[in-house]
Amino acid sequence: MTAHRPGNAYSAISARVSYLALQHPHSRPWWLAMIVALLLSGWFVVGVIVLLARGVGIWGIDIPVAWAFAITDYVWWIAIGMAGTFISAALFLTRQSWRSSLNRYAEAMTVFAVSVSGLFPIFHLGRPWFFYWLAPYPNRMDVWPQWRSALVWDFFAILAYLLVSIMYWYVGLIPDLATLRDRAATRGKQVFYGLLALGWRGEARHWQRFESLSLILAGLAVPLVFSVHSMVALDFSEGMLPGWHSTIFPPFFVGGAFFSGFAMALVLGIPLRYWFGLQDFITDTHLDKLAKMMLAAGLFVDYGYAVDIFMAYYSGDRYEIAGIAARLGGAYGWVFWTVVACNVMSIQLLWSPRIRRMPVVVFVIGLLVLVGMWLERFMLIVGSLYHGYLPSSHGMFYPTQWDIAFLAGSMGLFLLMFLLFIRWLPVLSMVELRKLATPEEGAGS
Amino acid sequence: MSDKVEHYGCMALFGTGSALIEAVRTLQARGYRELEVYTPCKLDELDRLLQPPSHRVAWAAFAGGAIGGIGTLALEYYAAVISYPIRVGGRPFASWPAFIPPALEMTFLFAAGAAVLAMLIGNRLPQWYHPVFHVERFVRVSQDEFALVVNAQSGEDTEHILGLLRSLHPLSIDQVPR
Repeated sequence: MTAHRPGNAYSAISARVSYLALQHPHSRPWWLAMIVALLLSGWFVVGVIVLLARGVGIWGIDIPVAWAFAITDYVWWIAIGMAGTFISAALFLTRQSWRSSLNRYAEAMTVFAVSVSGLFPIFHLGRPWFFYWLAPYPNRMDVWPQWRSALVWDFFAILAYLLVSIMYWYVGLIPDLATLRDRAATRGKQVFYGLLALGWRGEARHWQRFESLSLILAGLAVPLVFSVHSMVALDFSEGMLPGWHSTIFPPFFVGGAFFSGFAMALVLGIPLRYWFGLQDFITDTHLDKLAKMMLAAGLFVDYGYAVDIFMAYYSGDRYEIAGIAARLGGAYGWVFWTVVACNVMSIQLLWSPRIRRMPVVVFVIGLLVLVGMWLERFMLIVGSLYHGYLPSSHGMFYPTQWDIAFLAGSMGLFLLMFLLFIRWLPVLSMVELRKLATPEEGAGS
Repeated sequence: MSDKVEHYGCMALFGTGSALIEAVRTLQARGYRELEVYTPCKLDELDRLLQPPSHRVAWAAFAGGAIGGIGTLALEYYAAVISYPIRVGGRPFASWPAFIPPALEMTFLFAAGAAVLAMLIGNRLPQWYHPVFHVERFVRVSQDEFALVVNAQSGEDTEHILGLLRSLHPLSIDQVPR
């Protein structure tokens, strides 16, 4: 286990991690990334204004393809969040101590990804300002949500997931915010971190409740993750479309969620450790393990592709068969084969331990997987809608510039939040890292 | 103003967790029970010495989860059966299997929320003012040092306590003003 232990004692951990949040080193790449993020977010804001003014018609959606980019973006983003919770909670419960260097930014990734993803179903409503009609509350119209609808389940799933992720992230931050408060040199920062730290002072009984809470939140977060992405999948499998109406969807989607989430964890973690010089904390061993998990989740997803095709032919249902034939060789065949290249072929390189320890290669594979997973959702959503039961209502989908604006803009928004996070908050969990160092190593001064 | 400053207690800072635990043992052997211990991360050893962990946070999570889950099921039943029944595809008004997903999600949400509240309330947080923050060196406790506070309420003579703490060879000793 020694290989996983960052060999830093308490003082070094506190100094190293707070330095990043308090002194803002390496501001040139940060500002460059920030400008990109601001431009993209600005594009997103313009898109939202146009959407509110003119309606969802600005997107390329129409009948039969009434769900396209927005729902693809939604599923893609919420999936990315899943792995953050998994790294943080499931690996905590299974006592994988190496996660301690990863859990903070992974949780942040979750919170931001879920925040971004939740915007899409709301914008897709047509009248987004009435989104609160999804919530059950006594109202003058005297109507209630339709509890049998997967879309209502999804509302509850996103709501619970967003709030629990925020709580989990914030509670874990409290002792670290106290460290920043105590190390801050300027009054403004002392007040800022002091207020956020809630007056945490590290009393022994406080730690007891804190640890007990961490364990409970982790225990709740793991089943929550599985349930949330299953709800996302039920949005589709409750629908009566060839290619959607399938029981494999929930596990298939959960596997895909972990797959893309591990990819995003790598895509964020590799530049982060490079720019901030965190190689002592996020070591090659961490990349190796993340890459292994990405490979395992990817193989599960690949199995899903195979079973999807097999079940269509095995069922003998002519519509299912036609749907699969269209997926493989139809108008959107190129999407399927790109997905195969990204999600099936590229990850096979990760069988090699040497490649798993090459940050650049793993980073590129991570990017390919993210592209592949976005296209996979596009394939499942548009690929089923454009080719339904009635040949008379088959029809293509063509994205508009606003579809692109929302996709690119959401990435900008995510990047914006993540950049603010790495500048102002501790990117590594100092408390978790201290636990890895024995008390004897924590000699003061 | 009188010259006599009222004190919250006496604080000793240690460089290692084991030095702190040793000090707690010594003081407890001398009969001191009003000890407060501040550390940069959790030391399991202290649970055995000070007081066993309580299960309040866990119970709060359980109660919250039960309220969230059962409450949502009740709300769904009320909305779909009593307040505004709509027959959809010939299915029963009380479609229990379809009611489970929202109830499940609300179980998680309420359990987590109740657990967080229980932690904050149990720890009396937020509490931005506390006497220990007066000690200059206390900032180290959130980083790499370990503090032991003998509460003034133990009624002992302050000089005696300070002497006792000195015998434990801490990094520094301070009186904590109230």
